[in-house]
This record gives sequence, structure tokens and C-alpha cells, in this order.
Amino acid sequence: MSATTSTKPIDPLDYLEIDTLLSDEERLIRDTVRAWVQDTIVPNVGDWFEEGTLPMSLAAELGRLGLFGMHLDGYGCAGASSVAYGLACLELEAGDSGIRSFVSVQGSLAMFAIWKWGSEEQKQQWLPAMATGERLGCFGLTEPDAGSDPGAMRTHARRDGSDWVLNGAKMWITNGSVADVAVVWAQTDDGVRGFLVERGTKGFTTPDIKKKLSLRASITSELVLADVRLPADALLPEVKGLRGPLSCLNEARYGIVWGAVGAGRACYEAALDYAKTRIAFGKPIAATQLQQQKLAEMATEVNRGLLVALQIGRLKDAGLVRPEHVSMGKFGNARGALEVARMARTVLGANGITLEYPVIRHMNNLESVYTYEGTHDVHALVIGGAVTGHQAFR
Amino acid sequence: MKIAICVKEVPDPTAEKRIDPGTNRLVRTGENTLNPYDRHAIEEAVRIKESGVETEISIVLVGPASAARTVDKALAQGGDRSVHLADDGLADSDILATSRALAALLERDAYDLVLFGQQASDAECYVMAAAVAERLDRPCVSQAASLTLDGSTLRVKRQVETGYDTVEMPLPAVVSVSDAINEPRYPSLPAIMGAKRKPHEVLSLADAGIDPDTVGGAGSRTTVRGLSKPAGRGASVRIEDDGTAAEKILAFLVENKVVV
Ligand SMILES: Cc1cc2nc3c(=O)[nH]c(=O)nc-3n(C[C@H](O)[C@H](O)[C@H](O)COP(=O)(O)OP(=O)(O)OC[C@H]3O[C@@H](n4cnc5c(N)ncnc54)[C@H](O)[C@@H]3O)c2cc1C
Repeated sequence: MSATTSTKPIDPLDYLEIDTLLSDEERLIRDTVRAWVQDTIVPNVGDWFEEGTLPMSLAAELGRLGLFGMHLDGYGCAGASSVAYGLACLELEAGDSGIRSFVSVQGSLAMFAIWKWGSEEQKQQWLPAMATGERLGCFGLTEPDAGSDPGAMRTHARRDGSDWVLNGAKMWITNGSVADVAVVWAQTDDGVRGFLVERGTKGFTTPDIKKKLSLRASITSELVLADVRLPADALLPEVKGLRGPLSCLNEARYGIVWGAVGAGRACYEAALDYAKTRIAFGKPIAATQLQQQKLAEMATEVNRGLLVALQIGRLKDAGLVRPEHVSMGKFGNARGALEVARMARTVLGANGITLEYPVIRHMNNLESVYTYEGTHDVHALVIGGAVTGHQAFR
Repeated sequence: MKIAICVKEVPDPTAEKRIDPGTNRLVRTGENTLNPYDRHAIEEAVRIKESGVETEISIVLVGPASAARTVDKALAQGGDRSVHLADDGLADSDILATSRALAALLERDAYDLVLFGQQASDAECYVMAAAVAERLDRPCVSQAASLTLDGSTLRVKRQVETGYDTVEMPLPAVVSVSDAINEPRYPSLPAIMGAKRKPHEVLSLADAGIDPDTVGGAGSRTTVRGLSKPAGRGASVRIEDDGTAAEKILAFLVENKVVV
């Protein structure tokens, strides 16, 4: 054991020097996405959140940067490592969870489903155009009466000659009304199957969900399927059963493990900055014990979350990750980020409740992050099942 | 068309600069990165290439072996190959010595156009392009705000205090571009990941045929004799806002006939 201590001062923005665990290329990818977010997202996202919109011109930019499906190989995708993908998610979500969701749904849900379970023709038709952002996708699993328990879904597909006829409704579908193609999961006589439903197909409508107070810079829709007739080649041929959608969710969840750290970091940095400049009773509030306690908690959580994400990423790149690992990452990091956001909110006083600062926006967004892609409870049950050997929820 | 872009590795421009009181030199041990002004030169070369002119873009860097990272960063920004002169004998080079090394590298390949950023964010000298052009005996224009290629003629709009000069010059030539010439793009992920796979040439002084006595400390002619803070502006007036600052500022401006 070395008894020497470093003379290098502590960097409040990289307390544990986690940067040293990243390769030059990983850092360059991270820095590039961070700079893009700083320029493009940060100055505008408060307005988008207030207006409840997300400009679709972002799709072309994200495509040019190569961020859609960046962790997939071939078909115009960049083929980056899982850690690089995670770092990009972190930086996007430091901007806003809605932006990260936009990219996650496109790359890890819609593109991944086609990449993993689609036919060669389906891959050729959709993936290159989705990688550039020319075409957008969404992923329809959740229904009004089936969320955590997707096996209870009612949407079904019936064979009619060589065609399929779909009926049912999907709920809470990110990018639903802007998508050119929806990956829709439906019950068949043969178990759950995936279908590619193109925008404009007769009987297929996508009303937006309004009155959200979270993820407002993100489009969330219903998918309504009323006698939607699809040709045989709309079926994703390579998978049967819930394994199909769950494999995709595992990819997207992995991005959330990182993304949540980004949202938390943005809140911590906002609080740190604010505490150092806000004077009360003649001194910066950063010099008070109570605010320091909060900043210490926040800094610790951000560093801890990042190390968890990095370890899961390294496991994933080594082909050693299990869904239970990703569950722990999502469980710990979404909760951690939400706690950081709430603490940061109090440091900013009244300014903590306005969109002039990023904190309450992140705080509200994180309520969705806590719930989607497997609720916090469900991930607790997955971890609980893994450590006890007793599955409590199935 | 062969374009060379001379790029420099500089201390992270967002970090505070520190001078080592012992050597009177800038401390370079922290995080180093690509000189931000050079990104404009790279972007301009990429735009020439994208306009349809068949172009090979070479990134040329003089700096320690650790600057390989900065070379990759420049290649990700847009470049087809790199030439990196990395030799311990280059340490302590001043403008005179570095320009000698750069000129030697540039003479090895017949570049039609050599581009520089307008300044380096560490030393802020603004003169490297001119020094290199002088050694190469090529025409040189600084502060280029736009470049137009017309066969083997380059038309340069040059930013000056009163407006623009338009200068025409024959290629080969040396140009330093202003930071207003373009908005450099963010490198794409495939470009970042592809940078390492592009041809990298790493040379020693001997490889490049440079006499070690003409570069580094031995080839330099500048010494920093002392450092001092710039003198404050004598006539400045400090106004503390006690609620009447706006009136005081207005009165000051009227008194000095800035506003009437
Ligand atoms: C903004 C947003 C975007 C979304 N985007 C998409 C999308 O693109 N595609 C998509 O398919 N879905 C999407 N979703 C849906 C999301 O995945 C679901 O909301 C989530 O799976 C939870 O389902 P639910 O809302 O039906 O809650 P429920 O499953 O009804 O859960 C209600 C409560 O019961 C708890 N619970 C459930 N089962 C158990 C159990 N066995 N033991 C103990 N407690 C339990 C839950 O933890 C929760 O607290 C999105 C949701 C949001 C908010």
C-alpha cells in the first residue's frame, strides 16, 4: 500500500477522478456530446419544456452526429462501445431527460428491435434511414391496463390469409405521433409477436397525451389500432414471446443507468454554482453547514452513480452483463438522481422552482424516469429475486 | 489539392493559465487540447473538400508525443492524414524555432495551401502563419474571413478594422483564418472513432532532416526576462451601485461626449 497522498487539488466536478477510467476516445465522444448539448439544448430546453414541444429539427442533427443507434453495428450505425453509448446518454440527459428519451427510443427500442429481431429486408429498409434521423421510430409495449405486467396486454394480431389484422391500444408511447414506424407488440395465437406499423396505415392513429407535468420536452402518444391490416412481412420474424420486447427494454434501461447520472450531475452543478454566489446573512450560503451537507450528499451520489454505470458498461462491453445488473443500475441511479434533484431544488430557494434554472425541470422529468422502463418497485423485485432466489412479482 | 493545417496543442483554454515563477513559462502539465482557433482552419478545409474540389487534408503538429491525442482530435474534426513531429529536442522552442520545424515539415510535401488558426489560445502571438510563410517564401494573408478558390488563384476577404480587404494570391500560399470565417461543426461519432485508423506519420528531428541545433532551446532567440501585470487604465472610474449608478454612468457618458 502506498502511503503517499496526491497533491492534486480536488476537482468538484470530477471528485473521484473518474475521467482517468475513460479512454481518450471515450472522453472525446463525451466532450463532443457535452458541447453540443451545451450549445443546442441547454439554452432552449426550458422553453420547449414550457411549451410542451421538442423541435423535430433535432433529429437531423442527432443523426449527423451519429448518435442514433450508435451502439449497433452495420446499417449506417456507428458501432460504438457500450461505455461510449452510456456517456452520450449521460450528456444528453444532463441537457434534458426528454432528449435522452428521444435518442433512447429511436436507438435502443425501435432500431434495436429491428436490428435484433428483424428480417434483412426490414433492416435495409429502416436502419440506415433511422440512423441519419430521416426516419423516426417508436416502441409500443405499454397499454392502458398493462404496464409493469406486459403479459396482460390486450392488443392482439389475428391472421387473415397471409395478412395480419391488429386491434388494441398502446399508451405512454414516446415519439408516438412523430414516428414513421411503430414497433408494436401484440398477442397472437403463437404468443407475443412484434410488428412494424407504418405511419398512415389505415386504422392506425396516434393521439398525443397532454397535461403532462414531466418529460414535457418529449412527445408521448397513444397508439390506437382499429382493424389495422398489415402484410405478412410486417412481422418481426426472429422472436416470439415477451423475450422480444424485454430484450429491447434492457438496452434502453442501460442508457438510463447513465442518463440519470447526467440529470443528477446537472442539478448538483447548478446547486454548487448557486450556493457559491448566493449571499445570505453576509456570506455565501455555500459556507453554511446545512448547504454543505446537501452538496456533499449530491457530489457523493453523482460520483457513486457514475461508477456504477461505468462498471455495468464495462461488463456489457465484455459480454458479461445480466439484466439483473442493469436493474440495479436503474434502481440506484434513478433514485439517486431524484434525491439529488430534490436536494438541489431546496438549495436554489425560490429560483429552484422556475425554468430559468434546470433543477425543477430535471426533478419533474426524473419522476418519469423513476417509473418508465420498469418502475423502481419492479427493479427492486428483480434485485430481490436475484439475491434471495425467490421471485416476488411473477 | 493538398491542404495542410498546422495545429497546436494548448492547455485547456477554460482552465486558468499559470506561469511557473522559476522558468517564467506557461505551466502545461494540466489538461491539454486542440487550440480552439485551429478548428476554424480545419472546418474551412473540409468545406473546400465538400465543395467538390478533390482535396487531401493533412494535420501537421509539432509537439510532444503525448500530443497524439490532439492529433486525433484534429483528425476527427476533419483530416485525412497527420504528420506529427515529436522529439524531446523540440522542448523550449520559441516562434523562431517552431516556425523552422513547421517549415521543414511543410517542405516535405508539396502543399497547395497551408492554413493556420488566427492565434493560439496559450501564447496569443498571431504571427506563426507569417513566420512560416516567410521561411517557405510563399504569399501570406492573415485574418481571412472568407476563402474562394478559382483554379490556382485564391481570393481572400480579409477582416480589417474599417471593413474588408479583398486579396488575390497565387497558390501555393499560407493563410491564417479568422474565427469569424465559419462555425466549426461538431465531429460525428464515426469521425471520432475513425480518427485513429487514418494514416499517422510520427517523425523525429532526424526523420524530418532537421538539425537539432536549429530548434528547441538551442534554436530559440527569445528569453523571458521578467513578467509584470499590465498597468491599470489610469483614467478609469469605478462606480459602486447604490441605486444611482445608471444616472452616474449617463452623466459620465454625456460629460465625455460619448452620448449627446
Ligand atoms: C413519459 C413516459 C414515457 C413512456 N414511454 C414509453 C414507451 O415509449 N413505450 C412503452 O411501451 N411504454 C412507455 N412508458 C410506459 C412505462 O413503461 C410504464 O408506465 C411503466 O412500465 C409502468 O407501468 P404503469 O404505468 O402501467 O404502472 P403499473 O404497472 O400499473 O404500476 C403501478 C404501481 O404498482 C406497482 N407495481 C406493479 N406491479 C407490482 C408488483 N408485482 N409488486 C409490487 N408493486 C407493483 C408499480 O411499481 C407502480 O408503483 C412511458 C411512460 C412515461 C411516463
